[in-house]
Amino acid sequence: MHTNLTVNGQAVALDHDTRTTLLDALRESLDLKGTKKGCDHGQCGACTVLVNGVRINACLSLVAMHQDDDVVTIEGLASGDVLHPMQQAFLTQDALQCGYCTPGQICSAVAMLREAAEGQPSQATEDLTARISLTDAEIRERMSGNICRCSAYPQILAAIRSVAGDAA
Amino acid sequence: MSSVKDWALPNPVSENRSGLIGKTVDRYEGRLKVTGTAPYAYEVEPPSAPAYGQAVSATIARGRIVSIDTSAAEASPGVKLVWTSRNVPAQAARGERANPRSQRGSNPTMASDAVEFYGQTLAFVAADTLENARAAAALVAVTYETQPATVDFMASLDQAEMPPGEEDTEIGDFGAGFAASPVKLDETYFSPIANHTQMEPCATTAWWDGDKVTVHTSIQMVKGGQHALAETLAIASDKVHLITRYIGGGFGGKGQSYDDLTLAALAARELNQPVKVAYTRQQMFQATIHRPAVQMRVRLGAEPDGRLNAFSIEAITHCARNVPFTEHAANFSRSLYAAPNRLTGHRLVRMDLPGAGPMRAPGEATGMLSLECAMDELAEKLGIDPVELRIRNEPTVDPETGKPFSVRQLVSCMREGAQRFGWERRNPTPGQVREGRWLVGMGMAAGIRGNFLLPAKAGIRITADGTVTLLQGMTDIGTGTYTILAQITAETLGVPLDQVRVELGDSDMPPAPGSGGQFGAATAGSAAFETGMVMRRTLADLAINDPNSPLFGADPTLVTFANGNIALENQSESLASLVARAQPDGVYVEGSISPAADARDWSQHTYGAQFAEVAVDVVTGEVRLRRMFGVFAAGRILNAKTAKSQITGGMIWGIGTALTETNPVDPRYGSFLNQDMAGYLVPSHADIVNVDSIFLDETDDKANPLGIKGVGELGICGTGAAIANAIYNACGVRLRDYPMTPDKVLEGLIAKGL
Ligand code: FES
Ligand code: FES
Repeated sequence: MHTNLTVNGQAVALDHDTRTTLLDALRESLDLKGTKKGCDHGQCGACTVLVNGVRINACLSLVAMHQDDDVVTIEGLASGDVLHPMQQAFLTQDALQCGYCTPGQICSAVAMLREAAEGQPSQATEDLTARISLTDAEIRERMSGNICRCSAYPQILAAIRSVAGDAA
Repeated sequence: MSSVKDWALPNPVSENRSGLIGKTVDRYEGRLKVTGTAPYAYEVEPPSAPAYGQAVSATIARGRIVSIDTSAAEASPGVKLVWTSRNVPAQAARGERANPRSQRGSNPTMASDAVEFYGQTLAFVAADTLENARAAAALVAVTYETQPATVDFMASLDQAEMPPGEEDTEIGDFGAGFAASPVKLDETYFSPIANHTQMEPCATTAWWDGDKVTVHTSIQMVKGGQHALAETLAIASDKVHLITRYIGGGFGGKGQSYDDLTLAALAARELNQPVKVAYTRQQMFQATIHRPAVQMRVRLGAEPDGRLNAFSIEAITHCARNVPFTEHAANFSRSLYAAPNRLTGHRLVRMDLPGAGPMRAPGEATGMLSLECAMDELAEKLGIDPVELRIRNEPTVDPETGKPFSVRQLVSCMREGAQRFGWERRNPTPGQVREGRWLVGMGMAAGIRGNFLLPAKAGIRITADGTVTLLQGMTDIGTGTYTILAQITAETLGVPLDQVRVELGDSDMPPAPGSGGQFGAATAGSAAFETGMVMRRTLADLAINDPNSPLFGADPTLVTFANGNIALENQSESLASLVARAQPDGVYVEGSISPAADARDWSQHTYGAQFAEVAVDVVTGEVRLRRMFGVFAAGRILNAKTAKSQITGGMIWGIGTALTETNPVDPRYGSFLNQDMAGYLVPSHADIVNVDSIFLDETDDKANPLGIKGVGELGICGTGAAIANAIYNACGVRLRDYPMTPDKVLEGLIAKGL
C-alpha cells in the first residue's frame, strides 16, 4: 500500500507492506538507521521518534497509520553540523556508552521537555493544577520508558538538566 | 620477555606531559552516536540489496525433531529459502578445529535432529523483506518427541558434581578451625539466573566476494568470531573478514558468536546476495547465554574480636549439558580476607537449559552477594561495625598464595567511602529510623575484582599530513575503548588529540583479545602504548638519518616528542613534515604487549567499597534506593569521564541484581519466564536516584606499562550485598534470596509483626 508522510522535513512517498512498522520503514526503506530496534515490543524506547511533535515508540506503530504525519528522527534534530542542544548535552555529559539507546533517549528527552512545558502531568507530579516544576523526580519518571542497559542514567539526567535549566 | 621492572620506569604515559591521561575527554565516537550515524551490525550498507533472515526457535527443552513441515513457509510470499537440519548446508562438526590455532571451534547451526534447549535454532527462513521472512518463519510447524529434561535447578542440586579439573581449595583445616571458633555463621544464599539484556540484539550482515565472506556482526571478540565462523564453514580464517565497529552492549553475552553469524554467512553464499539476520528480543533471552543461578553456602568462624579463624564458600551452579561453564562464585574470596583455615569450591549441575556463560564480573557479581552479606551478619553477631570487621580481617599478603599485593587500597576505599557517605550516622540496630511508612537503613559491602593482561598487538600509521591512526582488532562495547586508545596514542607520541584517529573492530587489523573480563583497556591500551614507542623509535631513526632534518645526526635517545613535533633541544620539526619528506607514503609500525614474566608474582586486583541507603515501605515491602556511593581503586584512570560512566553503570547493574533481576525457569517447557523487557526488569530511570562514585589515586606498576587496571566490572562487585545489608538495617528483614522483591520483603515484615 501507499503512504505519504514527511520525515525530517522531506516529503516521502512510501510503497510498503501493510505489516511494515514505522520503525522498519525508517530503518529498512528510508535508510534512517539512527532509530534503533531494541525489543520491537514497545518495551525499551530505543525506537522513540517524534510524530507531529509527540514521542512514540516507532516499533508499535504501522507506517500505514502515518499518512500526512510529520515524523522527526534523530537524524532530523541537528542543523547541519550544529548538534541539537540535547545531542550536545548528551555528548558533553557522557550520557551514553554503547550508544544504542541514545537516539531514543535524545528524541524522548526533546519531546518530554515540551510535554512538561505544556503542562502535561506525570506520575511524579504532585500538584496537578500548578505549573509543572521539572524536578529530578519528574525527569526520571518521564524518561522511564527509555531503558539504558549501560545504565548511563545519572549522566542522562545531568544532560537533560543542563538543557532544561534548574527546576522552577 | 619483559619484566614488571621495565614497566615501573618513567614513560610518556606516566610522565603525561600533555596531560591527556586522566583527562575528561568527550567520547571519541560520541558525535556519531548522538546523531544516530554510527552503523551497528544490522545497519551496515551492503553492496547490494539484502535478503532478510529469521531463525525459528525450539519450544521444548529436550527431545528430538520428528518432523518439520516447511511447505507453508516455502510457499509464503517472497521466501527465498527455508532450512532445517535436513537441508542446511554442510558445516563442520561442533567443536571441530581444523586449524589448531583457532581461538574458537566450529559452532554449527541445525546440526542434528536433537533439541538441547528451548530457544535452539530449528529452522531458518530468508525472504526478500523482513515482514515476509517473519511471517514465513511463523508458518514452520515442528513436531517433537519430548524427552525428560532437567530444568529445575533447586530440584537438581543432588546432581551437582565437581567440575572436571576444578578441585576445591583448602588451606589449613577448615573443619577443625570452624568447629573451634567461638562465633559461627552458617548461611546459604541464592543468586538467580540473570540475562545480559544488551540493548542491541545480536545481528549480522554478511556478503560474499568470491570465496571470501565479509561479516559485520555484533561481537566482543574479533578473532573469536572470525575463527568460529571459519571453522564452522570449514574455510581458512583469512577467508572471513569480520568487522564489528559499534556494539550496542555486550557485558559478556557477546563474547561468542551465535547462529545469526553462521546463518547470515551461509544464506548469503547460497543466495549469492547479502543477508541480514538479527535475533528477536525473545531469542536474546533464550538463544544466547545467561548468568546461571548459584546457591552459596557460607561458613564463617570468628574470634570475639572479629578475626576470622575459618572461612568457606561452597557454590553450586549450573551449565548446559554439553557446554561446560562454571560460574566461579567462590574464587574472589580467596584473595579477600585473611583466615588461617579456608575451604572454597564449586559444584556444577548439568541442565537442559540454554548455555550458561560469563556476564559482567562472572564469579564476583554472584559470589560477593553471599560473602558480603555474611560479613554483615557476622558483624552484627559480634557487635562490631561492618567496616571495622572487614578492616580487622585485612590480609597483609594474598591469604592463599602468600604473594604480595601489587597495590591494595581496600581499606582506604572503605574509610573514604564511610566518611563521605556519612556512615557514622547509621544506627547499627535495625528498624530504628522511620519516616512515615518508610523504614530507612544503610548498608555497605567491599568489592574485589581481578586484574588481567593478555597478549595483544596494535598498528600505528602516520600519513604525510601528520594524521596518526591507531589500528587494532579490538572492540568498544560502550566501554570507551576508542577514546582511551586515542588518549594513550596521542600522549605517547606527543601529538594533539585531534590529530589521532582510532580504527577498531576489524579482523584484518593487528589482533587484540577484545572486550571482556575487565582486561580490555589494560590489554589494548598497553599494546597501543608499545606500538607508540615503536613509532617513536622509527621516527627518531628517520629524522637522524635524514640530512634534511634539523635532527640529522642527533643522538636518538635524546629525541623528544611534544606538540606534534619531534625535537632535540631547540631543533624541531613537525611529524607531518618529517613523514612528508622522508617517507611520503606514510610510516606504519606494529607493536605488541605480552604479560611480563614476573607479573604473576604479585596478587593483582581492583578494589571498591559500596555504600547504600534504602527505604523500605512497611505496607508493601517495596524497596527504594535513596542513594548509593562507591569508592574504587583501579590503577591509573585514563579518562575520568568515561571511567566514571563505566563504574556507575556497574553499580546500577548491582542495583538491578539486588532488587529486580531474575529469570525463573518454567519447569514445563524449560523456558525462561521472562522473555521480554517488560518481564525482565533491568533498572530504569525512575529506579536510579543519587548514585555517585570516586576513584582513589593509584598507579599499579605491576599491572602493565601504563599502571592502569580495568573498571568495567568492579562497579557491580559487592553492590547487591550493600543493598541487602541496607534493607536489613532499615527493617530487620534479612533476605538471602536475590532479588529482594516486595513479596519477599513483605513476608519478612509480616513475620516480624511489622
Ligand atoms: S524497539 Fe520499540 S520500544 Fe523497543
Ligand atoms: S548507552 Fe548502551 S544502552 Fe544506553
